[in-house]
Amino acid sequence: MSRNWPAIELVVNGDKRSVQAPPMRRLLDVLREDLHLTGTKEGCGEGECGSCSVRMNGELVNSCLVPLLQAQGATIQTVEGLAIDGDLHPLQQAFLNCGGAQCGICTPGMLIAATHLLANNPHPSMAEIREGLAGNLCRCTGFKRIFDSVLAAGQIKGPTPSESHAR
Amino acid sequence: MSTHAKTRIVGSPVPRKEGVDKLLGRARYVDDIEREGMWHGTTVRSTIPRGLVQSIKFGRHIDWTEFAVVTAADIPGENHIQLIFADQPCLADGRVNHCDEAILLLAHPDKCKLREAAAAVHIDYESLPPVFTIEESERQDTIVWGADNVLKSFLLEKGDVDSAWTGAAHVVEGEYRTGAQEHLYIENNGCIAEFSAEDGVTVWGSLQCPYYVHKSLLAVFHLPEDKVRVIQTETGGAFGGKEDYPSTLASHAALLAMKCGHPVKMVYDRMEDLAATTKRHPSRTRHRTALDANGKLLAMDIDIATDGGAYSTLSSTVLSRATLHSPGPYVCPNIRVRGRAWATNTVPYGAFRGFGAPQAIFAIERHMDEIAASLGMDPIELRRRNFLHDGDTTATEQGMREPVILDKLLDRALAESGYHAKRALFVKQNATSAVKRGMGVAAFYHGSGFTGSGERYLNSLAGIDVTGGKVRVLVSSTEFGQGTNTILTQIAAEAIGLDYEDVVMAPPDTGIVPNSGPTVASRTSMVVGRLIERASRQLVALLQDQVGLANSFTPDEFFGACERYRAARGEVVSLCRYEAPPNIFWDDQKYSGEAYPAYAWSVHVAQVAVDTVTYSAEVEEFWAVQEVGKVLNPVLAGGQIEGGVAQGIGYALYEKVLLQNGHMVNNQMTNYIMPTAEDVPSIHVYFEEIPFSYGAYGAKGIGELPHDGPAPAVLNAVRDAVGVSFNTIPLMPEDLLAKLNAPLLVEEAATA
Repeated sequence: MSRNWPAIELVVNGDKRSVQAPPMRRLLDVLREDLHLTGTKEGCGEGECGSCSVRMNGELVNSCLVPLLQAQGATIQTVEGLAIDGDLHPLQQAFLNCGGAQCGICTPGMLIAATHLLANNPHPSMAEIREGLAGNLCRCTGFKRIFDSVLAAGQIKGPTPSESHAR
Repeated sequence: MSTHAKTRIVGSPVPRKEGVDKLLGRARYVDDIEREGMWHGTTVRSTIPRGLVQSIKFGRHIDWTEFAVVTAADIPGENHIQLIFADQPCLADGRVNHCDEAILLLAHPDKCKLREAAAAVHIDYESLPPVFTIEESERQDTIVWGADNVLKSFLLEKGDVDSAWTGAAHVVEGEYRTGAQEHLYIENNGCIAEFSAEDGVTVWGSLQCPYYVHKSLLAVFHLPEDKVRVIQTETGGAFGGKEDYPSTLASHAALLAMKCGHPVKMVYDRMEDLAATTKRHPSRTRHRTALDANGKLLAMDIDIATDGGAYSTLSSTVLSRATLHSPGPYVCPNIRVRGRAWATNTVPYGAFRGFGAPQAIFAIERHMDEIAASLGMDPIELRRRNFLHDGDTTATEQGMREPVILDKLLDRALAESGYHAKRALFVKQNATSAVKRGMGVAAFYHGSGFTGSGERYLNSLAGIDVTGGKVRVLVSSTEFGQGTNTILTQIAAEAIGLDYEDVVMAPPDTGIVPNSGPTVASRTSMVVGRLIERASRQLVALLQDQVGLANSFTPDEFFGACERYRAARGEVVSLCRYEAPPNIFWDDQKYSGEAYPAYAWSVHVAQVAVDTVTYSAEVEEFWAVQEVGKVLNPVLAGGQIEGGVAQGIGYALYEKVLLQNGHMVNNQMTNYIMPTAEDVPSIHVYFEEIPFSYGAYGAKGIGELPHDGPAPAVLNAVRDAVGVSFNTIPLMPEDLLAKLNAPLLVEEAATA
């Protein structure tokens, strides 16, 4: 703990951050414990459930499988970076309207996976939504209202999710 | 009656009360919370299923002075987890009865040091012979619990079963088995505890029932009620899995906090949560059924056996609900149900959505299709001929006083699914296709609220107060995704005549809210919601009587009246206690009378494709039609049904708990498989509404109902597709391979 680890620079939700921590520390723990961004959740710790999904340099990753070292210089987007000036992003609003969140523990990862999907495919089909969210487990909803939320967001005119974190 | 009045807020899809916090990522789950000076705790667990602890040795390479170490000897009060019975120790004291039983606890300021330390605790055992299955337990060669391994038994009798067989045109027998199922809430169990001599124990945790944890801590610490405080944190799924287990975890964290003098956080990782916490009871149900020449039921002889695991926990009440749901939604003059819960040396099985009903309903609804096949009758027609109707009586002689609309639900399910046309089409297509398709149906009820006299014993108290310019709902009923916060605030806003935004939830903290009972048994909408409705009307009447609130009023006038009342008389609070509906009678000894105050009814239809090349079975589409009384919030209610159906499909086809020597060996999300976004079919949900006079605005229970039907509907569809019966779930590809391939193997042998 007391060792002088090299500083790792990264940009999280548009803010420059510098972290001194063991290079093999999980990005998930860095976000939650070092940067106090607890919106990103741990569900399984082995890349199966997607609760810890974040976008790193525009790619969707499980932050429980990314060592900090690998995030040197990276641009990271977490759930905390989705809102626009404190207001719900249209994707978040769609989840609220459609009932896409129940217990809420998978929701941050689900929102990030959906953001990633919509950034690459603004008007996805149902089959594309199913595939895009297949790495994120939800035990409450049976997924239907999550699909509805993403479909609805895909029809909303507004900032595309990929733009929203650039403040 | 309020149930027929037009409503403004109840019945409308207002957004989830805590939804914005969840969507912004700022909802605080237990692992998101830090306390000043907090340490972290871990658990050293039994590695054998049954035996005596001979010695505990601590490896010399660890500086143990840095750690807090807790054993059973450190427990100031009772070494048991207080539930229905008190047979489960908080920490094993010299004897272990299942793998992964907690023996010793460790805490350290740095959580990274705990894993190595836990591995350096060496425990020597003298092994005793274990029992792992219902059949081994039934043989009673080895007694592992009580005098006879029987955790609980029930006998329910109606009419005269024994004399019904001789006159019967048909007698059909069958045996049906269900496996364990893991809740797989995405948030693992977790808790933070603090201890001080002045304030006693305070815990924050992911849990369903704050007052269960409270009661358990009172016993473990021998503290008065006001020295134990339990606060529910945002809870990331529960499904019954956080009904009783948090009592154990909270006790462990609090013992460590007492020992080290710091707050202690214990959050399980997935492997520990899967290996050490409760699951759905495995079951074996045997049916013997007599019918007349027209397919009318004459007698049902049912034997249910569940595997309860090493301690009694909730096995008695799970078995009770299984017993009461085992005859299905049918009329039969002669019924006998024998239920027994058997002890084995596995982690105790516990509450899981449906609570015994999914096991019982799998058996009866699979059996109905077997009867139909045996009689050469359409399974739909067989059900119709035997459905309960208004005025009929159930197995417990409970008269159906509220309307029963099973025929209507069935008609709608068949119409919406295109059942008959699809079956005809599939029969044609299957003849020439390697993918065989079929349709399956299940019809069932789920009793709302606690069984029998349960609600009277609970004697729940709930209500509202007015604080900070808002009405607050005062309940210990918790939110874990189902929508408690939303529906209870809707009900209060409706009943008072306020806007949805004017009503909030009081913190789920035993220091603040009364005991409105546990958040289980599909009781929140019907029972607790009703208390909130009554308390709201009571407050309005009080304000009208005492401070001149007019008959119609604006929100400002209402809150103005509240402040006048506060100035004149003090706190503005209105509480109500449970009152049973009239003419309710239940005999716990004979198991007869009103088993439940109300029933929710449902018909499920599954369309299944079985690939005879890969031996996979897939649900392609699913229809769920139900009558749950008044639907309080259509978005939330739909979400409950869809989520329950998805879990039920997992129960039928995907989710298998593998035990070796009593330890779960697939305790990872990598190899315990739940349905993903690509596995869950389109789920079509339809409600018929018949308001229940004694539920909140006519609501009945909803949360558990949807888990009851998918497994039998899916396996009935598999039988329809391939013409072969499967009577055990989960039905895995290897099971399909073994049975469907058998004729092929015979053919090959014949031609060889």
